Amino acid sequence: MRLEPVADAGWARTLGLPAVALGGTVLIAMALSLVAGSNPFAVLGLIVKGAVGSKFALLETLNRATPLIFTGLAVAVAFRAKLWNIGAEAQLYMGALLVVVLGTGLLPLPSALLIPILMGTAIVGGAMLLLGPAWLKTRLGVDEVVTTLLLNFVMILFVSLLLEGPMKDPMGMGWPKSERLLAEARLPRIVDGLRLHWGFGLALICALLVWVMQTRTTLGYEIRAVGLNRRAASFAGIPVTGVVIKTALISGGLAGLAGFSEVAGLKGSLTLDLSPGFGYTGIIVAMLALLNPLGVVVSALFVAGIFVGADSMSRAAAVPTYIADILLASALLLMVLAIMLTRFRVVRG
Amino acid sequence: MEILDILLSASFWAAAVRIASPLIFATLGELICERAGVLNLGIEGIMVVGAFAGWMAVYSGADLWTGVAVAMGAGMLFGLLHAILSVPFGLSQHVVGLGITLLATASTYFAYRVSLPEVTNPPRIEAFKELPIPIVSDIPIVGPALFAQTPLTYLAFVAAAVVAFVLYRTPLGLALRAVGENPHSVEAQGLSVTGLRMGAVIVGSGLMAVGGAFLTMSAFNSFFFEMVNGRGWICIALVVFGAWKPGKAVLGALLFAAFDALQIRLQQTSLGADIPYQIFLMMPYLLSILALVVMSRRAEVPAALMVPFNRGER
Repeated sequence: MRLEPVADAGWARTLGLPAVALGGTVLIAMALSLVAGSNPFAVLGLIVKGAVGSKFALLETLNRATPLIFTGLAVAVAFRAKLWNIGAEAQLYMGALLVVVLGTGLLPLPSALLIPILMGTAIVGGAMLLLGPAWLKTRLGVDEVVTTLLLNFVMILFVSLLLEGPMKDPMGMGWPKSERLLAEARLPRIVDGLRLHWGFGLALICALLVWVMQTRTTLGYEIRAVGLNRRAASFAGIPVTGVVIKTALISGGLAGLAGFSEVAGLKGSLTLDLSPGFGYTGIIVAMLALLNPLGVVVSALFVAGIFVGADSMSRAAAVPTYIADILLASALLLMVLAIMLTRFRVVRG
Repeated sequence: MEILDILLSASFWAAAVRIASPLIFATLGELICERAGVLNLGIEGIMVVGAFAGWMAVYSGADLWTGVAVAMGAGMLFGLLHAILSVPFGLSQHVVGLGITLLATASTYFAYRVSLPEVTNPPRIEAFKELPIPIVSDIPIVGPALFAQTPLTYLAFVAAAVVAFVLYRTPLGLALRAVGENPHSVEAQGLSVTGLRMGAVIVGSGLMAVGGAFLTMSAFNSFFFEMVNGRGWICIALVVFGAWKPGKAVLGALLFAAFDALQIRLQQTSLGADIPYQIFLMMPYLLSILALVVMSRRAEVPAALMVPFNRGER
């Protein structure tokens, strides 16, 4: 078989194939439910109900989507330049760690000063953590996939070390948990009485800013050029190394913000289960959004809905909650295949 | 000096070879894929699948070697999926690989929960036992390290020899190496680039799964979540460290495993009492990063690594 570019894809092809991919994901969900011995339609219903079926469910989905928007943006920005940042998980923890270091009493400041400082520190922390791999990549040609991946393991051990040692909360009943943030360091809720914090608003603002950066600025143009063809970009006079480093700083900073938002907006303290893999899931979020920053918001909501829905469903039906990860992986693989097939057709010979 | 005592003990070297065994399988698997031009980031998930499939097969009553075969088969299945998406369809190898890792890991956990719903402590199996080779296993230090291991460890070294032989001494190996360097030349010979690459990914994934199975069938005798714990990613670093050559990759795995065995033992010394255990646990990952940095200048990357091939396209 051979792939041949499709000159004019047409609406049926551009919309139909992704729809087939989504349909395939639903079929996989139903098959898995049958394997687990449950009624597939009941399981689908429970997932949808658990994700958006009530005010509580909806807020839970929005809360879960918040860190995914940040990590999804972090990945989308980096992948656009073909900088394979698989380390958003570590960068998230770095951001969260610095927020807890500064926000638990070291800086007794009013909210109006403290929150911007904590935000800035989280951004810098995340950015610095990706700067190392980016520098190794541009200077020595060290593959950033492996370095960023391995740093995730190092970082979580480092957090564990601090939480069991110098940063352990003496009132934590022996759990590895940091002290709580000062009240002034906490992000307020968007609407009083509703469990949704301003981290979500910040995530939306970031998505908009990244979109503006990508479509309306020189840097955005340069990032795209570097991603499409590094050599050609260099030939055209674009400072490739500088662009890659700038991309890394933006990407790491966004992932650091995810840590800030989770600690200051939701949890109030740092534990080892702050992120159940938000950094890795960000890759799926970004890919499903085709690396479009505004699409990231939509796909983060979709992905969060699947997680929240599956959690709620697995409490009612005998289908393990891991079904969520299987569905997302399937959706990812089917979707990249579908998108490719909108642009190429398979021919024999 | 405590370190010296450790380095001179037979049990240390035996442990190093044991720790290296799963890494050798998986590193060889990744090496085959990359030599053919495909980066297989599914490795971490495929190792999880292998660990579970082999263990589950034995737990359900199969004998140990059948378990290894089941693990290998399961790995090859995910390898096939990776191969289809990344070779003929030419999708981004990064995305496909990470997707496969997530799919394989989640499917494994799902299967575990469905097959053992009420279990809190995973059951243990009767795993591979040490099989000392007469006479040579009595040699001090070298004997226990190399010749008093489980059959799977011997298999790891046999696999390395076979991979090296096939890669450098057979027409198939020549074609495989060529397809990772210059696929057009292979096509000009009338060989199928797609077939060679897909075959490499499938066989390589099978080896990765056996590496995973080593953990449940020859080391921990049971299956735990997150037991692979980044070993797959470390193997990708080992391929680079080994400069894409099987012999060097095996040496790299042994060296790495020796450091790992050393940090485990150092935790029990007076040094371990002063230094938090997390520092020791970070060592393997930091060491892998260091290895990548050190080797980066010298590495001869297969020229067509991560470059999809589409017939008739230049």
